[in-house]
Amino acid sequence: MLSRTADHLFWLSRYMERAENTARLLDVNYQTSLLPQSHSTAEQGWRSLLSISELSGHYGTLHDQVDAKRVTDYIVRDERNPSSIVSCLRAARENARAVRGALTTEVWETTNQTWLEFKRLLADGLLARDPSAVFEWVKFRSHLSRGVMVGTMYQDEAFDFIRIGSFLERADNTARLLDVKFHAMDHEFHGDADARDSARDFYHWSSVLRSVSGFEVYRKVYSNVIKPEKVAELLILRTQMPRSLAHCTERLLSNLRRVANDQSGETLRQAGRLNAELEFGRIDEILATGLHAFLTQFLERVGNLGDGISRDFLMPTESREPRMN
Amino acid sequence: MRTSFDEMYATDTQPRRHYETYARWLQAQALEDMRTCRAEAEVIFRRVGITFAVYGDKDAGEGTERLIPFDLIPRVIPAHEWREMEAGLRQRVTALNRFIHDIYHEQEILKAGLIPAEQILRNAQFRPEMMGVDVPNNIYSHIAGVDIVRAGNADGSGSYYVLEDNLRVPSGVSYMLEDRKMMMRLFPDLFSQHRIAPVAHYPDLLLETLRSVSPKGINEPTAVVLTPGMYNSAYFEHAFLAQQMGVELVEGQDLFVKDRIVYMRTTCGPRRVDVIYRRLDDDFLDPLVFRKDSTLGCAGLVDAYKAGNVTLANAIGTGIADDKSIYPFVPKMIEFYLGEKPILNNVPTYQCRNPDELAYVLAHLAELVVKEVHGAGGYGMLVGPAATAQEVEDFRAHLLAHPANYIAQPTLSLSTCPTYVESGIAPRHIDLRPFVLSGTEVQMVPGGLTRVALKEGSLVVNSSQGGGTKDTWVLEGGA
Repeated sequence: MLSRTADHLFWLSRYMERAENTARLLDVNYQTSLLPQSHSTAEQGWRSLLSISELSGHYGTLHDQVDAKRVTDYIVRDERNPSSIVSCLRAARENARAVRGALTTEVWETTNQTWLEFKRLLADGLLARDPSAVFEWVKFRSHLSRGVMVGTMYQDEAFDFIRIGSFLERADNTARLLDVKFHAMDHEFHGDADARDSARDFYHWSSVLRSVSGFEVYRKVYSNVIKPEKVAELLILRTQMPRSLAHCTERLLSNLRRVANDQSGETLRQAGRLNAELEFGRIDEILATGLHAFLTQFLERVGNLGDGISRDFLMPTESREPRMN
Repeated sequence: MRTSFDEMYATDTQPRRHYETYARWLQAQALEDMRTCRAEAEVIFRRVGITFAVYGDKDAGEGTERLIPFDLIPRVIPAHEWREMEAGLRQRVTALNRFIHDIYHEQEILKAGLIPAEQILRNAQFRPEMMGVDVPNNIYSHIAGVDIVRAGNADGSGSYYVLEDNLRVPSGVSYMLEDRKMMMRLFPDLFSQHRIAPVAHYPDLLLETLRSVSPKGINEPTAVVLTPGMYNSAYFEHAFLAQQMGVELVEGQDLFVKDRIVYMRTTCGPRRVDVIYRRLDDDFLDPLVFRKDSTLGCAGLVDAYKAGNVTLANAIGTGIADDKSIYPFVPKMIEFYLGEKPILNNVPTYQCRNPDELAYVLAHLAELVVKEVHGAGGYGMLVGPAATAQEVEDFRAHLLAHPANYIAQPTLSLSTCPTYVESGIAPRHIDLRPFVLSGTEVQMVPGGLTRVALKEGSLVVNSSQGGGTKDTWVLEGGA
């Protein structure tokens, strides 16, 4: 397929995935904010949301206060924020429009309608009335988009690049979520928590789990109280968990294998190595070397994979010898 | 040619025979139901993204994508009229292709003195680069969109006239296809009551045409659609046709030329391209030959083309045959190349380059339609009867300054068709653009795109000027 087409498909799914993950984070933060908490804790929650997406700096140039309304607006509907949900849905739609011929009618119409309805929903003021309904809606549209892709697309390269985009973005987003949420609790992570703190722990970690639809999964897998190291294990190493890092790298690797070409060997090797480390890794080892260091390195390696994919498939140069086929 | 002719009604109350069933059906519909259908059609068109970008609005966000208004009342053509029109189109497009081949080779028609040589050789649309270049099957305009109108005669009958031949990159065929799909979705019962010739196989015919003109020695040609990109007004159509044919939709940046062979950049490396259905004007095709600032084309494309390693559809230089200054000569071409009498009428045309014809035009400006010969999209024209005295005088100045740039025609009383407007149903002027495909044979689907001028009294049907579209039915059998 055309490299440009693959590029648009890759970004179509990345933006859709990013919109969903952003909605997930916002929803959890919003739910948490309904619990009794101090003003500074609440503010810290909104700040962490901005830092997950590396948006604190940009936000600071537009607002001098951090509060629920401002941050929510900024992350949902501000078109000046390139990662806002509205920006993501617009970009997803524009990428789809550029290659609508490579999509099934259903995929295109779903993407187009998501964009059209999201604008209407914002114009109707739903975000102010019922923020959770907006977040739910975005998640639902992302599910629909994924389902319509899986259910209607011919599973060729076009489909593979869509999947590659999704898993790369999701790996990145889950890693950022973990980094920020663990960092927030860092000072007491290895200490003895008193009764009040353990209640706080429960809400903190359960909110992390809920943001990746993992609360019930956790209970089912561990049949145990919520413990941070187990949360980390579930979201990093469990391949059965669809939003875990291990799951993402596993899928990334298998999709990369399918599209492999004569110059993608190094990218494939890096993806395979990253996946092997997760597949055969142990959470106590990761925690011993430091979670933050681990996640920072993971994000860097995911970023390199993205660059490799761009170089090998999406923006090839003319220097390669033409091949007849 | 002054009496208005309505396609549906012979008199105020009496529908024409081929419209009888439909007129009865329409009368039985509640206005409210039809309004619901219109709303539904609009929602579907918007969701499907059948939109049209308007030039000059590029940065206005979503305002750049507008829907072309779709009218629920179909334009119906009886079988016998279509049979004659089809024969006429086949004849006309065949002659035009022969003409273009002749112009870029022996120029017999000039030697015979039928067309003044300077009118061809000094024409901006003449491409000297094409002299002596052989193209597969000697076909130049593989996809032609011929605009046809019906004008009322004094005795109440109507006659079809060809208004212009679009031989470069005619657009609109996707609306023909989508309008039909919409009608079938909204009014399935009408399709069981009528025998309406299907049109949905157009992309198949197009693909067959493109494959039939591939360079020699290529067994399984790779065809692509070349688009200027998603901000082009017809982008939807480019994507639609590529998808329907199952071929890649490429932009100039996706192509490159190496050793006079065209390749596209794919995820598996370069892949050879044999046939390019280009939806890009000649000027933008190749910065090495035409406009140097063009980023839409591909450097070296013309060189590969002249080497016979890739087919462009349509060919370079077809504009020499659909230029408005050449239009008056088409009937002569048909006689010259085919030895046949023209089946389709030309509109009588005054060439302002000729002093006596210019004098007539200047004396009758308020009655005539004056068109710029290189104009397109309804921008550079004067519709005398609809213009103010000031507009007529302003135009007179342009005309006097560059008479050779203009032709004039009598104001035809374009036929009307009942159309939904704000106040209910009212007659509005329409035209018809059938799409004629030429490869190893000449093929077309029955009918074409009917465009309708939605403003009362307006004769301009171009979508860039607020025109709408209607489904076009060619009735099979009887009628």
